[in-house]
Amino acid sequence: MSHLIILPIVLPALLAPFIIMVLRHHLDLQRIFSIGGTVVLLAVALVLTWQAAGGAIQVYELGDWPAPFGIVLVLDRLSAMMVLLTALLALVVLLHAVGSGWDARGWHFHALFQFQLMGVLGAFLTGDAFNLFVFFEVLLIASYGLMIHSGGSARLRAGVQYVVYNLLGSTLFLFALGTIYSVTGTLNMADLAVKIGQLPAEDTALIRVGAVLLLLVFAIKAAVLPLHFWLPASYANAPAPVAALFAIMTKVGAYAILRFYTLVFPPDLGVTAGLVGEWLLPAALLTLVVGMVGILGARQVSRMTAFAAIGSMGTLLTAISLFTPQATAAALYYVVHSTFATALMFLVADLVIERRGDGLEPTAPMPQGGLIAALFFAGAIAVAGMPPLSGFIGKLLVLDAARADPDMRLIWAVLLVMSLVAIIGLGRVGSLLFWKPHDAALGLALDAEAAGDDVAAADPGPRAPGLPFVAVFALLGALVLLTVLAGPMSSYAAATVEQLYDPTGYIDAVLKGP
Amino acid sequence: MELLLASAVGVLTATGVYLVLRQRTFPVILGVSLLSYAVNLFLFATGRLAVNLPPVLHDGAKAYTDPLPQALVLTAIVISFGMSALVVMIALSAYLSARTDRIDIAADGGDELSDETEEGYGA
Repeated sequence: MSHLIILPIVLPALLAPFIIMVLRHHLDLQRIFSIGGTVVLLAVALVLTWQAAGGAIQVYELGDWPAPFGIVLVLDRLSAMMVLLTALLALVVLLHAVGSGWDARGWHFHALFQFQLMGVLGAFLTGDAFNLFVFFEVLLIASYGLMIHSGGSARLRAGVQYVVYNLLGSTLFLFALGTIYSVTGTLNMADLAVKIGQLPAEDTALIRVGAVLLLLVFAIKAAVLPLHFWLPASYANAPAPVAALFAIMTKVGAYAILRFYTLVFPPDLGVTAGLVGEWLLPAALLTLVVGMVGILGARQVSRMTAFAAIGSMGTLLTAISLFTPQATAAALYYVVHSTFATALMFLVADLVIERRGDGLEPTAPMPQGGLIAALFFAGAIAVAGMPPLSGFIGKLLVLDAARADPDMRLIWAVLLVMSLVAIIGLGRVGSLLFWKPHDAALGLALDAEAAGDDVAAADPGPRAPGLPFVAVFALLGALVLLTVLAGPMSSYAAATVEQLYDPTGYIDAVLKGP
Repeated sequence: MELLLASAVGVLTATGVYLVLRQRTFPVILGVSLLSYAVNLFLFATGRLAVNLPPVLHDGAKAYTDPLPQALVLTAIVISFGMSALVVMIALSAYLSARTDRIDIAADGGDELSDETEEGYGA
């Protein structure tokens, strides 16, 4: 068997301790190794995606133990796509972190960054439910460190909240796994799919409890409505490149929902039928509403972007919760779009905040205002789902997929009205940030001193002023590319869905060995 | 034994949840640790309860108890131990920098953060 699958986990896992132990006092070397490692990771992800695109499901048995007993890593089209997405995002975010000097404002940024990558990639690749928990913990521990990177009272307090909330989520995860294990006696995902299909009728109550608990856990990760409270404060207070990287973390929750509720608890399974779709859809729509209305009501740039992230999760989960092949294909397209769009918004917001502070009130015009205004405009188009960027295509796909659903009117109404609300909200933010400063009636002169105050307070480390723009333009380029390549991307998504809704291939690959 | 174990898990969980809802750092940390004890006990019981049986087969053993939950518990203990240390450190530095041990951020009024969070924890 090919050892390439385990490389996305092993590479950051080796790189991070190396950075901590050998390079701890050499920031430049840390940057070189971190970026170099991420480039290699991207290459590996490209090869893996190329391999998976053929349709074969690769299984890697750790320690050569066969599947239901040992831990397996599984590479199918879905996980390959997510790995590639993570690697792309990581490289861009890292460029921004280096260029803006964020990584110099605290200790161990690069090591924690690599650990975070290890956790995220592991969660995408693992084929074992308990191992999923372990990788969740790895990515969470790293994210705690990254979240409070560069310190500050507000950030630390938001960090405590974030940590406690996620610890409770982890406890719930263990309860869910325990319940499922006590009924089935296995935690391998493919084996679970087989065992749950064969369960006698009297055991279904416990497995339903397990399924719901598990959904709650993933809903916390994905920031679905009643469980989204951790997100605005955490994302708004996290350092900008970290928040942009976290764009993939909510997607881990969405990925886990998709994986578990197509493989282990498929929608046509009698035991848990109707359990997920019915609850997830209203929650997803409400998430969308809260996110978009939150954009309208936010008083800080950072909170506005955090709510934009919630809103895009709402659209994504709406598509996922329909659980039809067409809707899932739309969700897969949208997952790529929303990751890039959210990250773009966070990075542009960082450019704004660095120049004029976080508050949403008119101040003197910022330096490079024209360019940043254009970037903000592009990001807003992406987030709101307007043509010509990929959000529009994504939203069209979701709307089209919802046509077959009995709740079609509701879904269409919420999606379309909330797009409008998002446009109004983003328009309001944009005009406050970029137009009001030039409003002669407000008497705001082009006072460089007033604009300079917040910049000086932010205490920049060594920085390369061009690099953040490279990162932002790379994300924008990715969105344009996603729009231009919508055809190939949709056919990849369709092929992925084919694999997801016919899990026999996955189960056979895992249980019968490579 | 079933009753004892079940009530232990239940009481630990209830106490843990109560302490977490207190919204002050120290009770919350205690509450989270109690919850992790509860979940470890619960995991331990998922392989069915058995007395005086070895966890793996060896020569002459008539029966054995499921070894997998014990491995899971071991992993969970290690993780929760690390997490506890981490949350203590973060909570301590948050307390030292903000001079308040409340978990809900908007409580001290003038803080620039989140009405949303306040609602969330109030509800």
